[in-house]
Amino acid sequence: MHTKTIVELYKGLKNKDFSCVELTKHYLSRINQSRLNAFITITDELALIQAQVADDKIALGNASILTGIPYAHKDIFCTKGVKTSAGSKMLDTFIAPYDATVSQKLNQVNLVMLGKTNMDEFAMGSSNENSFYNAVKNPWNYSKIPGGSSGGSAASVAGGLSCFATGTDTGGSIRQPASLCGITGLKPTYGRISRYGIIAYASSFDQAGVMTKTSQDAAIVLNVMAGFDEKDSTSAEQKVPDYTTNLNISLQGLTIGLPKEFFLSDLDNKVANNIMFAIKEFESMGATVREVSLPNSVYAIPTYYIIASCECSSNLSRLDGVRYGYRSKESKNLEDLYLNSRSEGFGEEVKRRIMIGTYALSTGYYDAYYLKAQKVRHLISNDFKKVFEKVDVIMGPVSPTTAFDLGSVKDPVSMYLADIYTLSVNLAGLPGMSIPVGFVQDLPVGLQLIGNYWSESKLLNIAHQFQLQTDWHLRVPEEC
Amino acid sequence: MSLSENQVSQIAHLACLSLNEAELKDNTQNLNAISSLVEQLANIETDSVEPMSHPLHMFQRLREDVVSEKEQLALFQSIAPEIRNGYYLVPTVIK
Repeated sequence: MHTKTIVELYKGLKNKDFSCVELTKHYLSRINQSRLNAFITITDELALIQAQVADDKIALGNASILTGIPYAHKDIFCTKGVKTSAGSKMLDTFIAPYDATVSQKLNQVNLVMLGKTNMDEFAMGSSNENSFYNAVKNPWNYSKIPGGSSGGSAASVAGGLSCFATGTDTGGSIRQPASLCGITGLKPTYGRISRYGIIAYASSFDQAGVMTKTSQDAAIVLNVMAGFDEKDSTSAEQKVPDYTTNLNISLQGLTIGLPKEFFLSDLDNKVANNIMFAIKEFESMGATVREVSLPNSVYAIPTYYIIASCECSSNLSRLDGVRYGYRSKESKNLEDLYLNSRSEGFGEEVKRRIMIGTYALSTGYYDAYYLKAQKVRHLISNDFKKVFEKVDVIMGPVSPTTAFDLGSVKDPVSMYLADIYTLSVNLAGLPGMSIPVGFVQDLPVGLQLIGNYWSESKLLNIAHQFQLQTDWHLRVPEEC
Repeated sequence: MSLSENQVSQIAHLACLSLNEAELKDNTQNLNAISSLVEQLANIETDSVEPMSHPLHMFQRLREDVVSEKEQLALFQSIAPEIRNGYYLVPTVIK
């Protein structure tokens, strides 16, 4: 049951091949036996209650396609009455007093939440090693990272611990783990899904999305998650189409742009071969390919790490040990309380980014760092605009290599390089996807699809057509 | 530019973080490495470029000035580390 897609589980539930309670118990038992460390909190009692409600709905004939589907929720989305830690010691005791808009929407369609998934602390990381709850393992090879920051979500879907999972993507945190774990991941256009109740890292980048087995499943879940929310001031008042409608459109005449900057020496040769093999598949489906250039994308790493760190230093200033979260026991005065709570509550990488941001925003450095980075952000965004006048979609690698060994990358600058192909998409606020397109030494390789603003439907269509022709997305790790 | 341990210590103070000696050394090294990564940007010509603060170029929405949230003091304080009589407790500030 655990290798089935949403569409297949829906049929099984409808035909009474299994009940939702049986399905949920099956997943919970797999989670309890798993060594992936994909979950921070397992909500087994709640899941079984939700499963029973779903079974009742199905019996009455009131079910939708998502009724009773077991999913895993990234531990960055507030869930009322359930611990929401964002992978941090700072929020280890935080029981969210309200639901994120996304949580509310998922509840409304009677999904079954199996638990909250592990992640890099406050979504800052590319390997899931920055979690207070320890690293997640890659289901394809337990000595490898699953990617980050939505590493628990990716491992849970790839390892057959949930049918799908939610994620958030600030600099690649859905696409990169999706790529390294061999699943389908979609980060929509900035503003497409409400950020209300998502613990903020960098507010002008943060965007929720979906991690699924197929593009069709991603379309089904996006239909529920997307939409305007007056509680999020950056939520877009943009109509939500039915994302499943255009999945079957032919790719005849599609123009694909390959940015030459994405195929330089940073890219592993074997990964590049897999990417080019997938591009050939698209050509055989009627697409044409042309080389394009995103000249300023080579500056994406410094630009992103300045702006995101500035935003994080501001967002995380609210965590001071007074109103909620971790409080140090050893404080003689108020300043000590702030200092000690923050120093003991935050992990190494979070402190580092708070300090980069504090530095870049300080008097005398603001213009040289923050303002400069915002200007380069504009240049990066303009590059995409120019390219999308000529092509329908941009394709390239998600990550320069396959999953690397746990503990092997120690210095922060080398770790930041893992995001080299994903960051520019967040800087521009565009939608992006990762789909599995092959393996290098038994480790998955993902292809990145980048679309123009609000073109999620097109990306899902392109990914679905590829998945009709190939079976990379159907491969599962041995223990599945 | 190169950051000294003193400067990093000052940044940590501004960020309301305290660093022990080993952390200070480590952070100075890492922030300097990140700083040299960031230096790349200095070479880009941006005099005529507007800064981009937001991907969607949207305006801040306004709404009617009416109360929309219910008072939920008890719920929000139920997760506080220390409270008394509806107030958040912190170490004494003024004796």
